Amino acid sequence: MRRILLAAMLTFLLAPLARAADIERVVSPQGIEAWLIEDHSNQLISVTIGFHGGSATDPRGKQGLARLTAALLDEGAGDMDSAAFQGRLDALGIEFGFDADWDNLTGGMRLLTRDCDEAFRLLGLALSAPRFDADAVSRVKAQMLSAIAGDADDPETLAWQSWLRLALGDHPYTWPIKGTPTSLAAISAADLKAFVARRLARDQMKIAVVGDIDALTLATLLDRSFAGLPAKAAPIEVPQARFATPGGVAVIDRNLAQSVVQFGAAGIMRQDPDFYAAALIGDIMGAGNLTSRLEGSLREQRGLVYSVETYNAPYDRVAILGGSLATKNATAGEAIALVRAEWRRMHDEGPTAQELADAKTHMIGSFPVRFTSTYGAAQALLDIQLEGLPIDYVDHREQLYQQVTLEDARRVARRIYDDAALRFLVLGHPEGVKATLPSPPLE
Amino acid sequence: MSELGMAASPVRSSRRLLAPLVSLLLLVVGLSSPAKATLFTAESFTLGNGLRVVVVENHRAPVVLQMIFYQAGSADAPPGKSGIAHFLEHLMFKGTPSVPAGEFSHRVALMGGEDNAFTTEDYTAFHQTVARSHLAEVMQLEADRMTNLVLAESQVDSERAVIIEERRRDIDNNPAGQLVEMMTASLFLNHPYRLPVLGWAHEMVTLSRQDALDFYHRWYAPNNAILIIAGDVTAAEVRPLAEKIYGPIPARSLPPRQRLTEPTTFAPRQLVLRNADVHQTFWQRVYLAPTYRDPPAATGYGLDVLAELLAGGVNSRLYKDLVIAKGIATAVNADYDASLRDYGRFSVTAVPPVGGDMAKLGRTIDADIADLLAKGVSDSEVAAAKGRLQADAVKARDGLMGPARLIGISLSVGLSLDEVQNWSDRIATVTPADVMAAARRVFRIDTSVTGELQAETQP
Repeated sequence: MRRILLAAMLTFLLAPLARAADIERVVSPQGIEAWLIEDHSNQLISVTIGFHGGSATDPRGKQGLARLTAALLDEGAGDMDSAAFQGRLDALGIEFGFDADWDNLTGGMRLLTRDCDEAFRLLGLALSAPRFDADAVSRVKAQMLSAIAGDADDPETLAWQSWLRLALGDHPYTWPIKGTPTSLAAISAADLKAFVARRLARDQMKIAVVGDIDALTLATLLDRSFAGLPAKAAPIEVPQARFATPGGVAVIDRNLAQSVVQFGAAGIMRQDPDFYAAALIGDIMGAGNLTSRLEGSLREQRGLVYSVETYNAPYDRVAILGGSLATKNATAGEAIALVRAEWRRMHDEGPTAQELADAKTHMIGSFPVRFTSTYGAAQALLDIQLEGLPIDYVDHREQLYQQVTLEDARRVARRIYDDAALRFLVLGHPEGVKATLPSPPLE
Repeated sequence: MSELGMAASPVRSSRRLLAPLVSLLLLVVGLSSPAKATLFTAESFTLGNGLRVVVVENHRAPVVLQMIFYQAGSADAPPGKSGIAHFLEHLMFKGTPSVPAGEFSHRVALMGGEDNAFTTEDYTAFHQTVARSHLAEVMQLEADRMTNLVLAESQVDSERAVIIEERRRDIDNNPAGQLVEMMTASLFLNHPYRLPVLGWAHEMVTLSRQDALDFYHRWYAPNNAILIIAGDVTAAEVRPLAEKIYGPIPARSLPPRQRLTEPTTFAPRQLVLRNADVHQTFWQRVYLAPTYRDPPAATGYGLDVLAELLAGGVNSRLYKDLVIAKGIATAVNADYDASLRDYGRFSVTAVPPVGGDMAKLGRTIDADIADLLAKGVSDSEVAAAKGRLQADAVKARDGLMGPARLIGISLSVGLSLDEVQNWSDRIATVTPADVMAAARRVFRIDTSVTGELQAETQP
């Protein structure tokens, strides 16, 4: 019991410090920048790192390149082969990994303070000198093939992938991020090395660190780990994505007990001044917490779905205002009609003053939840950087939401909630659904 | 969904296959601590009405989490009413005289909050994360629905349709979920752990308002609950709030918890689910195992180390053999699941490459287990496994939900807070002989079920 009390007092004393520290911009002697939140309450450090340029830069025929590269960055670097590199991470209990989405290659690690030097050394090595040994490449390719098979078994993933093809045609965003068996087979070690050389450069790099480390120590480690990376990345040549079909419904017939429905249209980009209004309306419509209009209509009142959700997802080359639901085949038509009706109501009437006020309270009040763990906080800081927002965004965020007026919200609702523009993709044996668009091809 | 790009991405990973399996296993991942220190900064006390309260401090952000664990789950369903605990979990959001239907989550959202709930075999848990200034309000909301639930027949009907949609998603549309459901019912021949948490479909449709209220009045009481408050708060702050808000709720006399026990088994069970639509296959073996509370005391800790040295890292036995050396699996997992009150489970799961040889994979795993039993484990692999578990222990302190969930589950299955706090010290004492004793205890084929999810349609 004495130990518990001592620990409690210690944490209590440190707490005000941790919060007052806020977000610090750390710039190393060689000019490498990281955003830092110091938190010494546990002997833990979380690091996130991201580079602009993700799977949308994959060459045609080599889809999956960015994701495969990311998956191989912890499979051997410098003079350590896969077994040596992973054995080192393992022995120290360092969590470590990379991933790629359409727009970015991102990664991170969580480690004990005692292993800080070694963890940063391994991170720098992984980014600057990955090996891509043949045995590791073929093993990770087999793991990705297995993951691709898993995607084919997941109705939600399949519906999302098919919706993209329906809505955005042949844009790289519609190519599977993990690639295909054929495209993975076409990727060589030279392709992987070329991706690293072109993309993993300092001018596209963002770093966030949260935990038991101070700015001076971090600055030294930044130089040691990342100064060797190339200064400049190759240009990112990805065209804007455009909606390829008019609104309507496409059906892919599958032997499923429950129809899975994806829907969406053009949304609001991150840099658009209407972004904050769109986020608030989205919270009211279906991105909120069991209290949204769509949850109320489809789930609470009618019991048609276990979940229905919507999002405004701004990517670098397109923004999607969309959503998803699943309902038994017999009620698929009814569910779609109800989504359309709520879309129209939002378009015609906008939110009420009370709904808008509540959404502001929720959007502002829920933000700190992202900062309750060191890794969550590091991810939040990285996201803010990758979106090109300034370091004081966290301070201004509340005001950006507060200043949205009811008039703004109604105008933005009219601008983006156009039910005629919605493209629906239904996977299953839906009843009461008339297909008006051709089914996109399943690969 | 957040306005931040990555979090807003609707792109989904292929989490489905192992999710139902892995989610059972979180206990092992979470439970650990640095040597000679307690796992969490936590303090516990009990109110006069029997409500057990644990406060876990974490001052990273001005946020608090409330989590309440009622000691009633799917294994407490009356005969023919499978899934009633989970159905009641849903109905707990349907309101009270002072908080109308739908208001609960709305009010939590206005506190900057998120809320949800989950049901397992032994307990039903509800949780809300809110700004710290709203702690008293959110405690009032939870205390209110502990005794004042009101259910309208129409709301019961629509919510029953919702849980049936939930089952369609998790089971009907998901062959892996179907196989796991069948395996569980085959592992437990008599104990009610055999029942799916969601319920059997044909019984779910018959669950009534009265069934839910009966279950509620039988089990929802302060003396059958554990309350966890985690976050930017201290026990000194929480205690008076808990006494004022939860203290006045009277204790209830609880029915005895009468559960059937498992018989001696005479044969291993083998299940194969073949589905033409399946692309990603898997192999899984589950053994009935002891719990932490079963003697001898070292067994549970030995099983933690055993799972870790079998498949806990790149140098683990199964990963090295199946994934690296032979290339007959793309992933392998071993797990000691101590999250049930009456029985433990020890499982090994492997995913073959697309088109891989499932039979060879199963034979190789059996050979590796036989090899371990015949030749023993080395000092160095035990030491490495213990080191990894102890590093995980430090990371388990990160965040609010992980620690709260871990403590709630552990206390729910009958462990003491001290046992949670000292887990890492106990792991430090595990010897190779303990690991071998645990292995000989658990690797008994007649207590096991082996499942294969296969892509072929022909028998």
